[in-house]
Amino acid sequence: MSEGNMNITLKVWRQKNSKSQGNLETYDVKGISEDMSFLEMFDVLNEKLIVEDKEPIAFDHDCREGICGMCSMYINGRPHGPLEGVTTCQLHMRSFKDGDTIVVEPWRAQAFPVVKDLVTDRSAFDRVIAAGGFVSVNTGNAQDANAIPIPKTEADKAFAAAACIGCGACVASCKNASAMLFVSAKISQLALLPQGDPERQTRAINMVNQMDAEGFGNCTNTGACAVECPKEISLENIARMNREYLSASFTSSED
Amino acid sequence: MAESTIKLDAKIPEGLLAEKWTKYRSTMPLVNPANKRNLEIIVVGTGLAGASAAATLAELGYKVKAFCFQDSPRRAHSIAAQGGINAAKNYQNDGDSTYRLFYDTIKGGDYRSREANVYRLAEVSTDIIDQCVAQGVPFAREYGGMLSNRSFGGVQVQRTFYAAGQTGQQLLLGAYSALERQVGMGAVDMFSRHEMLEVVMIDGKARGIIARNLITGELERHFGHAVVLASGGYGNVFYLSTNAMGSNVTAAWKATKHGAAFANPCFTQIHPTCIPVSGDHQSKLTLMSESLRNDGRIWVPLKKDDSRKAVDIPEEERDYYLERRYPAFGNLVPRDVASRAAKERCDAGFGVGHSKMAVYLDFAASFERYGHLEANKNNLHGLIQEEILDLGRAVVKEKYGNLFDMYKQITGEDPYQMPMRIYPAVHYTMGGLWVDYNLMTNVPGLYACGEANFSDHGANRLGASALMQGLADGYFVLPYTIGAYLSGEIRTKSIPTDHEAFVEAENAVKNRINKLLQIKGKQSPESFHKRLGKIMWDKCGMARNEAGLKEAISEIRALKDEFWTDVRVMGDVEEFNPELDKAGRVADFIELGELMCIDALNRNESCGGHFREEYQTEEGEALRDDANYIYVAAWTQKEDGSWQLNKEPLNYENIKIAQRSYK
Amino acid sequence: MSWLTKTLSSSIGKKILMAITGLFLCTFLIIHLVGNLQLFKSDSGYAFNTYTVFMTSNPLIKTVSYVLYASILFHAFWGLYLEYLNRKSRPIGYVVQKNQSSFASRKMAVLGTILLVYIAVHLGDFWAEYKFGHLPYVKYTENLTSGEITAVEHLPDTYQQQVKIVETYNEESGSKSVIVKNLYAEAEEAFSNPLLVLFYVLSMAVMGFHLSHGFQSGFQSLGLNHPKYNPFIQKVGLWIFAILIPIGFAIIPVYFLIK
Repeated sequence: MSEGNMNITLKVWRQKNSKSQGNLETYDVKGISEDMSFLEMFDVLNEKLIVEDKEPIAFDHDCREGICGMCSMYINGRPHGPLEGVTTCQLHMRSFKDGDTIVVEPWRAQAFPVVKDLVTDRSAFDRVIAAGGFVSVNTGNAQDANAIPIPKTEADKAFAAAACIGCGACVASCKNASAMLFVSAKISQLALLPQGDPERQTRAINMVNQMDAEGFGNCTNTGACAVECPKEISLENIARMNREYLSASFTSSED
Repeated sequence: MAESTIKLDAKIPEGLLAEKWTKYRSTMPLVNPANKRNLEIIVVGTGLAGASAAATLAELGYKVKAFCFQDSPRRAHSIAAQGGINAAKNYQNDGDSTYRLFYDTIKGGDYRSREANVYRLAEVSTDIIDQCVAQGVPFAREYGGMLSNRSFGGVQVQRTFYAAGQTGQQLLLGAYSALERQVGMGAVDMFSRHEMLEVVMIDGKARGIIARNLITGELERHFGHAVVLASGGYGNVFYLSTNAMGSNVTAAWKATKHGAAFANPCFTQIHPTCIPVSGDHQSKLTLMSESLRNDGRIWVPLKKDDSRKAVDIPEEERDYYLERRYPAFGNLVPRDVASRAAKERCDAGFGVGHSKMAVYLDFAASFERYGHLEANKNNLHGLIQEEILDLGRAVVKEKYGNLFDMYKQITGEDPYQMPMRIYPAVHYTMGGLWVDYNLMTNVPGLYACGEANFSDHGANRLGASALMQGLADGYFVLPYTIGAYLSGEIRTKSIPTDHEAFVEAENAVKNRINKLLQIKGKQSPESFHKRLGKIMWDKCGMARNEAGLKEAISEIRALKDEFWTDVRVMGDVEEFNPELDKAGRVADFIELGELMCIDALNRNESCGGHFREEYQTEEGEALRDDANYIYVAAWTQKEDGSWQLNKEPLNYENIKIAQRSYK
Repeated sequence: MSWLTKTLSSSIGKKILMAITGLFLCTFLIIHLVGNLQLFKSDSGYAFNTYTVFMTSNPLIKTVSYVLYASILFHAFWGLYLEYLNRKSRPIGYVVQKNQSSFASRKMAVLGTILLVYIAVHLGDFWAEYKFGHLPYVKYTENLTSGEITAVEHLPDTYQQQVKIVETYNEESGSKSVIVKNLYAEAEEAFSNPLLVLFYVLSMAVMGFHLSHGFQSGFQSLGLNHPKYNPFIQKVGLWIFAILIPIGFAIIPVYFLIK
């Protein structure tokens, strides 16, 4: 079923499970069309592997339209590949040349252990959200939606932070495997909105504590995360989180 | 079909339409807080319906276990909804009301949905917006700080709330945060990367599930006093759709194996504006929001097989066929109508692009119109044409920038310079598990909400209503109605999972998995899925006919036999094995595909998304048969595997049924 | 743990400590450079040598200098500790990596370690020499009306090293005599060695890189990131701290070498 004329050499990280050692395996993929998405190229390869009675490569993917945050490949040294503002599923083969060798690795971080091949466990992010990434409002508690006017600029900023898809590219790209861009995006979203105000202090402290407990590294402000973020979340959020955390630590009446 | 049909009691409360829900809610039996702590509820799926239901039930005090197959509940496919969510807030003072939203939804559904359910949906729609705003969902706002609205197809008011082109994402993250809050407090046990593979029935009631831990491959038994399926739609039966790769029918399908009725399976929504297929490698299709039709004009060349570039085809050689056929609504006709019209042109040989299966969605006129407006607004005179177009492009970019970028990313073409090529694609399924007014299936204790049930959209769903229904079910309907059922269960102690029903159910799952692995045939699950999708799309897609459906049924049966003798499932049971997951889902899709064709064949009329070529007006419009088909077709599986049709008649007491016309 | 230790030992607290000490060291650099610029005065080191006395005897400045030593040590070793922790956060690295961050931002620990070595050498050359070593004394005679240095007399090596300065006034001639340790001469001597000069110049380049990231990073860590002020902070970080100040320091040894 060759549809195109690109031939690609893939070097892909293969690892049976979280306990085993892994290594890079080389595969030749022929007849690739430049209209294929990067993941469709993997589909082609996997179908070929099945025909050859070899185990297909496991990789995370779901919506394939850049919003669910499931896809997570470290391609030629960059999370989600060579383009900026794009997830792996939206990367297309026209970004590569015939004859290219492409190295594909899983996200690397102590807090994101490899499950299999290119699949990692990112549940640490869920636990960070569970620690405080919410407004405590039970269903039915709400007042009328227009009761609190929110300036458009603030709402827009909150939205820009809330656009995070939780893919983990920030952690993958950070030399310290720090999760600060992810955590700060959620803290910022809720700090910018009046709805988030009552729990502002406990949220910042609890989320940062959970982030630390998960084993993510410290931020050294290299800024790689913001460059690699497919949703272009700004570093300003990390500064805001630092402020929120500090002011919460120094002024909250709780210990 | 001599066997007696089952009785489908919708349990619609008595009384006036506008008072049914309030009265019912105020009189239904309750469970006291102390008893709630001892009642366990299983929720399968964590999209808008599942996450909101799980969070709300936990807030009420129930013990909840939530399951999703993704690595995080935040990734459920609700996240990909673009356009917005409807609510009858009437913030725009344009005459909106609960009744109007109710009426628009019934009419949009081509008079194939239940009045009482839809009215309740319209009623709670306003609470949803309040709840989401309180959670911190950053909806778009006006400069005065108030919420902004836009309009969507099929309605004449502005009632759609939105967050750029990512409304689904923001709403889901709101529900997800509510869910994670309960997880953090220990009120919800979250099981991600778990797939439900069986319903456990004890004494005729749903009492739990068997789920596979997708990382270790282990089968797990989970007890619940009630089971809620919020597992989404089944559009992936077509292989190519706008659904996520993992979206599947398996959970709902397992319910049908225990007698749950599957309603209106043939009602599928084909969305008119999607990026067309570019080749056989294509794994999924991407939607371009309905809102684009506000500013884009749809056309094909007047000449067949015109191979010129779009920009080289002069105005008089273009056929703006929607504007020609439907002058009153033009490019903004409802989805089903727009989709069929595009198919008609392409089938007739006027399609564009190398596949010839696409039409143009052209923004050139809008670039020019907005460009002139901007120039006037900013007092710019003597601009050359290209400068004016650039001004217009900037305006369009502000409105739809992310969609234009996505289009460019996928096709490699710049839609600011040339028209988009678009084609209809499977998007949503109105059919689903049959549920009564309480959202309970005909299996006691088994509930279905969100896209997984059939309840509110009839034969065609209006834009921005799926998010509304998912959250209505999860936040404001199910948490009440399930209490009425559970009030009768307070004496039921947790059933230990070594109960023989659990053992049997687990064994059934184990056997099926082993069977799949032991076939060791030659063809991959993916290849079967593709073939199924092609049959479905060709014969049970945008247009259906008797002969085609009959062929499809026999082809699918043959495919099923082939699948169970020649599928190749790589890998082992006790490990992370996406191939095995996929094989199980494809097996269920094959069975569902057959039922969809049976349903489409049974429904000898055209309505909404179901278009039977035999039943159309002279102008090629859908021709309903209200005398014979104004019912819900709810199918139950018989012992021998064949399907029994059960009819739930639809009574319209408040709305006068009329023919839809957009001319 | 008290709330303060909890706060400071969190990931954010840890970098706050780096930011505060780092920015404090930045302010020291300005003062140090301004002081050192007196080396360029053609007064045979009079201004510089008396300034040295002032800096090493004023109680306030002495106190600050202890804070400074502590900051240097803390900043260096805390930074290395953080680097160790950060490396632990990614136990298995990538085979291929194309970083999108600046070279300096990724190599702060290496750059900082080089600077620590430099500081040790530098302190050994001057601070330790001044405090514990054996420096020659010099006597300046200043005409109090004109401010002119009228005589410079290099004194024999027998002077006691504990004495930093001896000032005598001669009212008749309207002049003042000052006897001080001649650190200036020490600089002259040290920087006659081209290898040492090269080491100093390279170290200053390293400092430039370190500060090109460090200065603005400190502000970010403290939460001071605002679209209006960021460009200013970044410009100050680049032009003043990463370029001007290191050049200012680097010129000194070069000046002595070619003088």
